[in-house]
Amino acid sequence: MSKVEFNKETGPREVFCGLTSIVWLHRRMPDAFFLVVGSRTCAHLIQSAAGVMIFAEPRFGTAILEEKDLAGLADAHEELDRVVNDLIARRPEIKTLFLVGSCPSEVIKLDLATVAEKLNKRFLGQVRFVNYSGSGIETTFTQGEDGALKALIPLMESSNEEKLLLVGTLANNVEDRFKKIFRNLGISNIESFPPRQSTELPKIGKNTKVLLTQPYLSDTVRDLKHRGCEIISAPFPLGIEGSTKWFLAAAKAFKISELKVHEIISPLINRAKLALDSHKEILKGKRLFLLPESQLEISLARFLHNECEMDLIEVGTPYLNKDLMKEEINLLPDNTKIVEGQHVEKQLDRVRESNPDLVVCGMGLANPLEAEGISTKWSIEMVFSPIHGIDQAADLAGLFSKPLKRNQILTSKTLVTH
Amino acid sequence: MELTLWTYEGPPHVGAMRIASSMKDIHYVLHAPQGDTYADLLFTMIERRGQRPPVTYTTFQARDLGGDTAELVKKNIKEAVERFKPKTLLVGESCTAELIQDQPGALAKGMGFDMPIVNLELPAYSKKENWGASETFYQLTRTLLKEKVSSSDKINPLRWKELGRRPKVNILGPSLLGFRCRDDVIEIQRILSEQGIDTNVVAPLGASPDDIERLIDAEINICLYQEIAEASCEWLKRNFGMEYTNTIPIGIKNTIKFINEVHEKLDLPLTNKEELENKSKLPWYSKSVDSNYLTGKRVFIFGDGTHAIAAAKIAKEELGFEVVGLGTYSREMARQVRATAKDLNVEALITNNYLEVEDAMKKAAPELVLGTQMERHSAKRLGIPCSVISTPMHVQDVPARYSPQMGWEGANVIFDDWVHPLMMGLEEHLIDMFKHDFEFVDGHQSHLGHTATNTNDFLNSEGKKEKNSKEGIIWTESGKAELTKVPFFVRGKVKTNTEKYAILRGIPEISDETLYDAKAYFS
Repeated sequence: MSKVEFNKETGPREVFCGLTSIVWLHRRMPDAFFLVVGSRTCAHLIQSAAGVMIFAEPRFGTAILEEKDLAGLADAHEELDRVVNDLIARRPEIKTLFLVGSCPSEVIKLDLATVAEKLNKRFLGQVRFVNYSGSGIETTFTQGEDGALKALIPLMESSNEEKLLLVGTLANNVEDRFKKIFRNLGISNIESFPPRQSTELPKIGKNTKVLLTQPYLSDTVRDLKHRGCEIISAPFPLGIEGSTKWFLAAAKAFKISELKVHEIISPLINRAKLALDSHKEILKGKRLFLLPESQLEISLARFLHNECEMDLIEVGTPYLNKDLMKEEINLLPDNTKIVEGQHVEKQLDRVRESNPDLVVCGMGLANPLEAEGISTKWSIEMVFSPIHGIDQAADLAGLFSKPLKRNQILTSKTLVTH
Repeated sequence: MELTLWTYEGPPHVGAMRIASSMKDIHYVLHAPQGDTYADLLFTMIERRGQRPPVTYTTFQARDLGGDTAELVKKNIKEAVERFKPKTLLVGESCTAELIQDQPGALAKGMGFDMPIVNLELPAYSKKENWGASETFYQLTRTLLKEKVSSSDKINPLRWKELGRRPKVNILGPSLLGFRCRDDVIEIQRILSEQGIDTNVVAPLGASPDDIERLIDAEINICLYQEIAEASCEWLKRNFGMEYTNTIPIGIKNTIKFINEVHEKLDLPLTNKEELENKSKLPWYSKSVDSNYLTGKRVFIFGDGTHAIAAAKIAKEELGFEVVGLGTYSREMARQVRATAKDLNVEALITNNYLEVEDAMKKAAPELVLGTQMERHSAKRLGIPCSVISTPMHVQDVPARYSPQMGWEGANVIFDDWVHPLMMGLEEHLIDMFKHDFEFVDGHQSHLGHTATNTNDFLNSEGKKEKNSKEGIIWTESGKAELTKVPFFVRGKVKTNTEKYAILRGIPEISDETLYDAKAYFS
């Protein structure tokens, strides 16, 4: 392991909670509905983060707890029952309904598992109910996906068939690219989790080799291991280096020679390097500060340093699973400063002191930093854009070069000022 | 428990944040879990603010719940006070913290600070954003002024005469995330100053706690947005005798009425009465001959109480529209909206459910929708032109240009904003009329797209859903062809009415003649 500096920080945070991940999960599984059991704050959070007005009727909603629900728990269970009945009557096409716990439902100890169990019996053969918590007292942002996937594992049937299982939500086009490349490598049995339809869950067992596409799936990985799955240790497929090592790790698990991998992906690498060059020119030598939010920060830092030659000031992450991130941390330059957790005020002090060229942060902080003359990139964009794989390396770099380029254009000396 | 897919208002603590963020030298310590920090983006993204809201979130976690969350609250309060040095501290809790009952306000008061501390109790499970904003502004005003209550005489609105100065007023209610507040304040100050009236304080937008303390230097209050300021205005009236205005100066008639009301309250003679009608272009633009086509346009209105009521009045009296629907999500203003609706012979729609609004919109078959961003989306789906008149805020509702809703310029803005989409609607109609001409290239469409102009789609999509309720009714080819000739914006209404008529008369097949029979029957 490289000599990376690990720090922990506690204090006031500025991060989304796990409910936010519903925004991409519901798009991945169009036959599923996500029902948050929470407060008006939860409903407001999701609509504010997602800009959901474009939907006629979104496939997520909130059962908002009211004063009378808080009076007695029996009432709350009955009320939830009623809401679910109404919902299913209105949306008969729903195949899987996720009951999503929130901060208030956790605090009043609303037992969503029991509710789900009862509903499963009643709607047997029509709708499946699973529950998980997206609450902000337990999860941040991307951890919501971890909870949702973990909740689906008990529904997955067992099979000893040998297969490659890609775990973590991917953009559909990226997923298709990956599958094509794996087939070219000679791996034909490939499935994805989460699948594109909630009812088409992959079967798993001791010959399932799990390749993670996202770094925030600690709990899911643990449960997949319990089901006998083999977890392939690899960095994450961000950038050329990460993706190459990711393909190589998968090939190794399937006893495919390295030579074969290089033969297939070399043209892709050459093409990607060419595309990356123009971005590297802008990013090279620029100083980067990553605030914690998506748990993608370590992989992004590795890519932006190793392939785009940016200098890393600080790499924040809301949560660090050193075991899962082992391969990534090994690729980081010596003396990289990783900070787990957050004290947002102290961290912003450090941002100002270090005078970075680019800060990766949440939407709440971006404009205030821009107003101070610091270029920013929203971290939420990483979870909505297709950034995985060799073919997307230049696009990923582009997300970071664009704000710098824009800054250059707008502060150019040729601009007439008033 | 209430199933909500989308909500017009946030929780009450977001209302409190609107007040805190609108003001200077204030800090709000909010006992809340980390996810609640999303609310910052409402200000930094939607309003494009270059400053973070002055809010410290305690961001307690599950593991803190077993321990001492009260200590965590105190630690955050201490750090926030040291770092931000506010002149007044707001302390409160969001929905989750309300359940664990740490009473952060009481904790803060026991910490020995010498600044005023406002303990905000905003019930998250029964109240909403605007109520939270109103309550916060009221509690803040009360806290900062209560010591002056006994020592001050009742304020005589005529005292400016004895003091030998121009009369002074406060403008109360404008806040961040309020619809066009930034520009309304400028417009109203301009109008008042033209009349020889000075603005003492604008609050909460841009005010500091010091400004709140000098509210009583003014003679009267202008209550610009009831949703936010009425409770404070009422308290100031009760305790200091300060009168406040009731008229919301949106539209020409109400702007003039507002100016009259201010003058009456101050006993200030109104010298330029005749000029007022000509301050805005709206009256002439509305009178000019090419506005003839606006007559009787069917308009559906939904928004916050203040803007919905104002829109209804302008639509009917200043633009000559027919109001076919009126509603609000502001339960606090339901009574007033109902009264306005009654005057217009429509039934008021009071709801939080946008799907109900969309249904009502569909039934009313309007030619123009005035609503929130959500109604804009609903209207788009139905192929009806729309203009946005109310919060909830969207980044588009914070335009770079000066764009008030109130006063003279506000009336100009309203004329343009409401009439232009309608002209586009007319254009759509023309496209529909001329689509059989040979010059017409297939696929041509206006900004509305082809959402509701294709009769077959219309029949198919609508027909499927309604098959059960309107069993057995068949549209013949001649009936369908005739329906195509009906202008798109009333086609839905004609279709429903014709089917209604057919059921009533037991007619199994609708032909072109049935359409005319129905038309005669319902006219």
